Amino acid sequence: MALLEIKNLHATADGAEILKGITLSIDAGQVHAIMGPNGSGKSTLAQVLAGHPAYQVTSGSVTFGGEDLLDMEAEERAHAGVFLAFQYPVEIPGVTNAYFLRASYNAVRKARGLEELDPMEFLDLLEERLKIVEWGPEIMERAVNFGFSGGEKKRNEILQMAVLEPRLAVLDETDSGLDIDALRIVAKGVNALRRPDSATLLVTHYQRLLDYIVPDQVHVLAGGRIVKSGGKELALELEARGYEWLANGAEGK
Amino acid sequence: MTATLDVTPFADLAAQSLESGPAGAAREAAFARFAAVGIPTSKDEEWRFTPVRHLGSTRYVAPAASPRLTESDIAPYLVGTPEYRVIVVDGRVDVGLSRLGSAGGLRVAALSGAGATGATSITCAGDSATITTTPFAALNAALWTDGAALHVADGTTIDTPIEILHLATAAASNAVVTPRTVLCVGAGARATVVESFVSLTSEPYFTNTACEIVMEEGAWLEHARIQRESLAATHIGLTTVHQATESHYRSFTLALGAKVSRHNLHAHLDAPNVESLLYGLYIGRGEQLLDNHTAIFHDHPDCNSWEVYKGVLADKSHGVFNGKVIVQPAAQKTDAKQTNRNLLLSDTAKVDTKPQLEIFADDVKCTHGATVGKLNEQQRFYLRTRGIAGREAELMLITAFVAEVLAEITHPGVREVCDGLVRAEIDALVG
Repeated sequence: MALLEIKNLHATADGAEILKGITLSIDAGQVHAIMGPNGSGKSTLAQVLAGHPAYQVTSGSVTFGGEDLLDMEAEERAHAGVFLAFQYPVEIPGVTNAYFLRASYNAVRKARGLEELDPMEFLDLLEERLKIVEWGPEIMERAVNFGFSGGEKKRNEILQMAVLEPRLAVLDETDSGLDIDALRIVAKGVNALRRPDSATLLVTHYQRLLDYIVPDQVHVLAGGRIVKSGGKELALELEARGYEWLANGAEGK
Repeated sequence: MTATLDVTPFADLAAQSLESGPAGAAREAAFARFAAVGIPTSKDEEWRFTPVRHLGSTRYVAPAASPRLTESDIAPYLVGTPEYRVIVVDGRVDVGLSRLGSAGGLRVAALSGAGATGATSITCAGDSATITTTPFAALNAALWTDGAALHVADGTTIDTPIEILHLATAAASNAVVTPRTVLCVGAGARATVVESFVSLTSEPYFTNTACEIVMEEGAWLEHARIQRESLAATHIGLTTVHQATESHYRSFTLALGAKVSRHNLHAHLDAPNVESLLYGLYIGRGEQLLDNHTAIFHDHPDCNSWEVYKGVLADKSHGVFNGKVIVQPAAQKTDAKQTNRNLLLSDTAKVDTKPQLEIFADDVKCTHGATVGKLNEQQRFYLRTRGIAGREAELMLITAFVAEVLAEITHPGVREVCDGLVRAEIDALVG
């Protein structure tokens, strides 16, 4: 059984239909990439999977590990192991990264009936996870994403992912705005966190990220639908030919 | 023309205090002033949002004899273990519980002279809380009973915070509690003062306090003012600060209590190169009204003032902020920044915020900003995707909102205590 099963998903925002029937299945252990032009609905799909209240699912279904994902609140999805790395991570001045990460980690633990970690225990865990994003402990005393550069914000998303160890990681344009070193660190982190029982959905505009994180499948989203699916070589074809030939096809339907 | 209410409830009290207290002529003049100005109504722009009508219709009395308090009664309200402290019970200094005296350049005394063994009168105050400042400053000058007097000699550094703790007891029901505080910080002296107002009663009463601060050249003072009176109390206070050149005043005003509270903080930058930092937090619930009026008088060049007040308002509570910054023509190179931010936690909570910058100099940097908002939805969603929702998320975001102001308290012990008080308050209002 697939870990994530999306069937004929339709979603609207402010009454406008953005997702017009997405069907997608991801097995545990796999990496899928969603590519497509701006406005195709890529980020909406990511937000809908995370449970953003601004989007209404009008029809279709999403099951995650056999459970009805759409029936869960955003926080319940997090507790169940869904993680969204935001395209634009939110700044929270006044809350340190250390406090935030521990609160998040413990909220998930608590929801799963596991014992919460005290600050010292958590520090040990954190030290090890910081290595994944090549950061020192000083980042922990800074306020969450506040005053972070674009690259630091994306790295911080991967750090959160490293702490939470999700079963489904949805990375929304995590590569955008990254220089080559930051891209390498982020990609290395994502690869290090891959497990046989977890899956990754990469939402990206460019093929560049896929040089570092090799997908099992690539899907092209245009006009709210998947217009083409293929192997990793599809990404290279898109890089060479652009999206227009596919987008036009979608409009024609 | 300002509409006024009858002041007769206070006339008997004024007559009593004339009989008992010294400085009769000054009291008489002060009461005459109060009687002339009257109790303000909402038609008075300065009192538009703050209802004090009940003060004109309540038969207030002088506090009856206060019960004998012990160390364990006051311990919960002390910030640390001060070497020097003034315990003011229902407006009178409790000499037994206080730690008065003078040593190493510091003098701590009762304004009334109570408990004094030698000449302790502290007279540096330039009568700065004058009777024309506010109607209630006049009433305080007419009725004041006692209070703390502090003098830090030139060049003296006092590391341990000096505490002034005001307690209202059951003896104060329907009473007017009228303490006065005088703080004098000498040239190059440094001190931290914590002034707290607490209740040991749930009966209604009215605190009307005035605090005068005089800072000499190069003086440094951190002044924390913690108002957590009972929800039956009315609290009105005036703090005036006069600053000589190179002095640095920093205040942290925390307003948590009282049904109706109003604090006027007036900083007079009386010389060039003065720095004044005013920080404030007000946290309301139920039907509380919390009013902060600040006024910063830039009369000389090259002075800085920096002001950040934040409010968290739940239920049907009401916050009021008015920030005057007056920059006179001579006050070139003034650098003044004012910020007031408010977080409304319910649809019925409200705030009235009014920056009032009056700038008569042309080479200055003056900015102000006021915001009123709810908890940020993007932040809430971000927290939810990380598994943090509901009460826990709200607590985290409200705590984050107030953190910026708390972080400005420089004394670690004072900061820790204020942080604890604020956390407990937020915890209670999130429910």
